[in-house]
Amino acid sequence: MKQKIGLGIGLAAVLTWCLLPVVWIISLSFKSQEAITNGSLGFLPAEGGRAGWANYADVLQDEQFRRAILNSIGISLIATTLSVILATLAAYAIARLEFKGKKFVLTTALVIAMFPVVSLVGPLFDMWRTIGIYDTWLGLIIPYMSFTLPLAIWTLSAFFREIPWEMEQAAQVDGATSWQAFRKVIVPLAAPGVFTAAILTFFFAWNDFVFGISLTSTESARPIPAALSFFVGPDPFSRPASLLAAGAVVATLPIVAIVLLFQRKIVAGLTSGAVKG
Amino acid sequence: MTSATVQTATAEKEKTGRGAPADSDRVKAENSLGRKLVLPAIVLMLLVTAFPMLRALYLSLFDYSLTAPEDREFVGLQNYLTALSDGLFWRDTLNTVGIMVITVAVELVIGFAFAMVMHRVIFARGVIRTSILIPYGIITVVSGFAWQFAFSNTNGFVNSWLPFIEDNFNWFGEYGSSMIAIMVSEIWKTTPFMSLLLLAGLAQVSEDMIEAAKVDGATWFQRLFKVILPNMRAAIMVAVLFRALDAYRIFDNIFVMTAGANGTESISFLTYRQVIEQFQLGIGSALSVLLFLSVLVVAYLIVKIFRVDLASARQEG
Repeated sequence: MKQKIGLGIGLAAVLTWCLLPVVWIISLSFKSQEAITNGSLGFLPAEGGRAGWANYADVLQDEQFRRAILNSIGISLIATTLSVILATLAAYAIARLEFKGKKFVLTTALVIAMFPVVSLVGPLFDMWRTIGIYDTWLGLIIPYMSFTLPLAIWTLSAFFREIPWEMEQAAQVDGATSWQAFRKVIVPLAAPGVFTAAILTFFFAWNDFVFGISLTSTESARPIPAALSFFVGPDPFSRPASLLAAGAVVATLPIVAIVLLFQRKIVAGLTSGAVKG
Repeated sequence: MTSATVQTATAEKEKTGRGAPADSDRVKAENSLGRKLVLPAIVLMLLVTAFPMLRALYLSLFDYSLTAPEDREFVGLQNYLTALSDGLFWRDTLNTVGIMVITVAVELVIGFAFAMVMHRVIFARGVIRTSILIPYGIITVVSGFAWQFAFSNTNGFVNSWLPFIEDNFNWFGEYGSSMIAIMVSEIWKTTPFMSLLLLAGLAQVSEDMIEAAKVDGATWFQRLFKVILPNMRAAIMVAVLFRALDAYRIFDNIFVMTAGANGTESISFLTYRQVIEQFQLGIGSALSVLLFLSVLVVAYLIVKIFRVDLASARQEG
């Protein structure tokens, strides 16, 4: 019984930790802009200081913000798709084949996963301007791909090792062509892993800030995190906290949706590289 | 599809053992297919890291500013000497190391407590998993804003919730409290990730062993320090290594919350400021190289001091 109470308290602590700041930013997004300018201490919007949906309406009408959402969705989806395709090829080779250079691939991936991204900003800034992809979608897609490849390769090769590949041969013995065996047997088995890698890759691309602010200069490619940080609103001398909060909530919605739908897969993917599999 | 032939090759090789003759056709075919499959990924990874890093190494030897590119001139190691003899560089390195040590230590303790809770809980697992993933998935910039406004003395709630803090205390007015605010945001966002890694390690500790220790009369503390922790060493070390190197790169939170005011700059922020804001590509490149080297040193030290088993990080175990 005593243990149960302790567990209940622990559970409440975990939930509070994870959700309190999220509830806070939602609450802040409902404070009116006048209340923010005049100062409105406290967790919940005060009586008379509530904005209703006004902040959301303002943010969604902001041309730059809308453009940033579009950029983020487009860039993240393209980078995710391409990165997962390349990672699938590499992970298949790592999980299934014996070849020279396998260690080199794994070591490179490990080093890149730990690479201090800021140290690349200078040279990439220079290079991208020279070849003309500075401030374009492509200029962000390329670095996002190379920095998500390590995670995707690890996750996928961990998944691929668990696949009972003999089943493919069994299907061939039973008369399936190799294409049928691949499509009907291997693809369904590998799909969950590919999907998990895609989610983690998307999170990275959606979250990135360093490349987002350094390799863009206008709204033509600027992603959401960068747009949020540059968002000053009508009065440059006081930050429009509640407007920013509304923008932040909008930017977080896709992440929450993905987490709600796929939590089990994400946990499996995150921890697959951490313990001996 | 060539996969069928490859599989027979692998299957056969597994039968005969790994020491198959190196010149057999099948081994050759497998070698070449393997290389072809990893080639695109490798090329892309190196294109965006190794190549720019070499370019940074080259540029760091010049006095080179983008505002006056025609004045570029070779200065040898002068940029490095300038950086290393500047107090700013050391102050920011110290900040970064401090943030790394404190946040990782706190995350390790809280993350382990969370992992214990998640490990024991048998109900509402989906709810916990969902909530724990939200800080992980949230944009760091958003976390920075959320905490900056929470600590604000005009619109926040932290001051009124903490009993021993004055309501109008300005957290961002001085060094110490600014650093605390930055670290709170960092710790909040990354502890869940730590706890998930630790949970995976915890799941590998055999219940029988814990039960046996209990029967032998070991106290809760003894079971924790003599049985559970030593048995999940690999998971702890991998979590520490990954998180420490991630914390060493801290940038987003500082950019959003203080923009380096009151001496809260990190080494990443200093590098960014030189290159992007001041267009000093020469000294900025030197800082990039130093940042890269210091990450290598930190990684090396962690691996050596804690004897991290990298094979398990790479899943070769």
